[in-house]
Amino acid sequence: MAETFQVEIVTPEKLVVKDSAEEMQIPGKNGYLGILPGHAPLITELAVGEISYRNGGHTQHLAVAWGFAEVLPDRVTILAETAERPDEIDIQRAQQAKQRAEQEFKEGKTETDFTRAESDLQRAETRLEVAGKKSSSPSTAGSGSASPSRAHS
Amino acid sequence: MPNVLDIRRRIRSVVNTRQITKAMKMVSAAKLRRSQERALAARPYAQMLTAVLKSLVSRAEIYDPESGEPRHPLLAQRGENNILLIVVTGDKGLAGAFNTNILKAATRFLESKAGKNVEIEAIGRKGRDFLRRRFAVAESRKADSQQPPHIVIVGERIGVLNKVEYAMAAEVGELVIKRYSDGEIDSVYLVYNEFKSVIAQRLVVEQVLPIKQIGTAEVLQAEQLSEKERKQAVKAAESAGVGMRRTDRADSDMESAKFGSATVDYIYEQPPEELFNGLLPKYVDIQVFRALLESVAAEHAARMTAMEAATNNATDMIDSLTLVMNRARQAKITKEIIEIVSGAAAL
Repeated sequence: MAETFQVEIVTPEKLVVKDSAEEMQIPGKNGYLGILPGHAPLITELAVGEISYRNGGHTQHLAVAWGFAEVLPDRVTILAETAERPDEIDIQRAQQAKQRAEQEFKEGKTETDFTRAESDLQRAETRLEVAGKKSSSPSTAGSGSASPSRAHS
Repeated sequence: MPNVLDIRRRIRSVVNTRQITKAMKMVSAAKLRRSQERALAARPYAQMLTAVLKSLVSRAEIYDPESGEPRHPLLAQRGENNILLIVVTGDKGLAGAFNTNILKAATRFLESKAGKNVEIEAIGRKGRDFLRRRFAVAESRKADSQQPPHIVIVGERIGVLNKVEYAMAAEVGELVIKRYSDGEIDSVYLVYNEFKSVIAQRLVVEQVLPIKQIGTAEVLQAEQLSEKERKQAVKAAESAGVGMRRTDRADSDMESAKFGSATVDYIYEQPPEELFNGLLPKYVDIQVFRALLESVAAEHAARMTAMEAATNNATDMIDSLTLVMNRARQAKITKEIIEIVSGAAAL
């Protein structure tokens, strides 16, 4: 049994994840961070992106938009405004949002229009990307028909 | 003497009403349970956010070392001329005095701030309807005074309470923050029914902005349930099988309160000031969100209690009507016997 740390992801609506992990990647505001057990205490803001963590050979993915993370040697706690598992993401809606954002990006006039369109676009793209990655175990990785994320626990 | 058939008809109608109120009570109880759970689910996030903000206050230079003035605009206090009041009521009636009490508190607040400009954001249909009726009057009165302090409704949100979403609360939060930072408004207050459990409810007016102290809400007016109301609420909750546990249980709170405030030297990926500035608006959002969740729970609790009372009243009414009916029937029989006897005697 490899060394693990606790993972907790909390949104205003509920506790999304309470699990343990061997390694984790989080989208820090200044770039992605890789976390292994025994990481130095750290606090960071999160950007729009993808959280992934590995637990016993299964990798879980979640899409987050803005968040806040506290890393301690034995635990990682993440406050996020939204955190969605791949099976919770409405792909159609994300695609529509993407198109809408692209449209706005083309038609936008002011600076704020652009920044808003850009962040919308980013959110939609992250969602789509995460939605494409269901929980994968090493044997089925990349086959696309991996087991759903709740299968193992 | 009313005739038996009429009374029987009335009894049937009251029985039907009782069935409806009973069903409404059970529905409210189920909704109350769900909204209590949602309020509970929102606690960890709010607690963690508060904890990390508090710990950041001690590390970041929130206050200007020279002037002692807070650096962040949301903390800055200034003269209060333009006030924004967010009134949270329900969308539906039949909840006893729930909406009335909130609107009374809002009215009292407005009276206490007389002479200042107040803008109102109404969340919930009942509050909107009431305020709209009222502040047409306030505006016409404005014409005859010279320096009119005016009260206007600036926004309304209807039908959002059925399913309170964080995104909606965040929208309100952002709007408020923007207007506050732009200097359009000098302070923001929330009127709502705080709900910790069926027995621990308060009607409060809370100051949202400027933030005076993180972690403790600045309460201006508070009104507890009366002893009688509390007893009724407890009885209704017991008969509907709703638990009376509080939504702010200590154990989960303790755990969450540790977030971001361990006694270790953190590496701050961003400077503490920046983190603080990023988090502070979220603190406002979550306050609005929490108020909405609690208000919804309180509304269901109020409706449950009201419907319990209505059901009991219907039962009493059926009993007394049955009595009247039996008496009428008896009188009719007696009358018939007298008629027969006197008819026989006449022969």
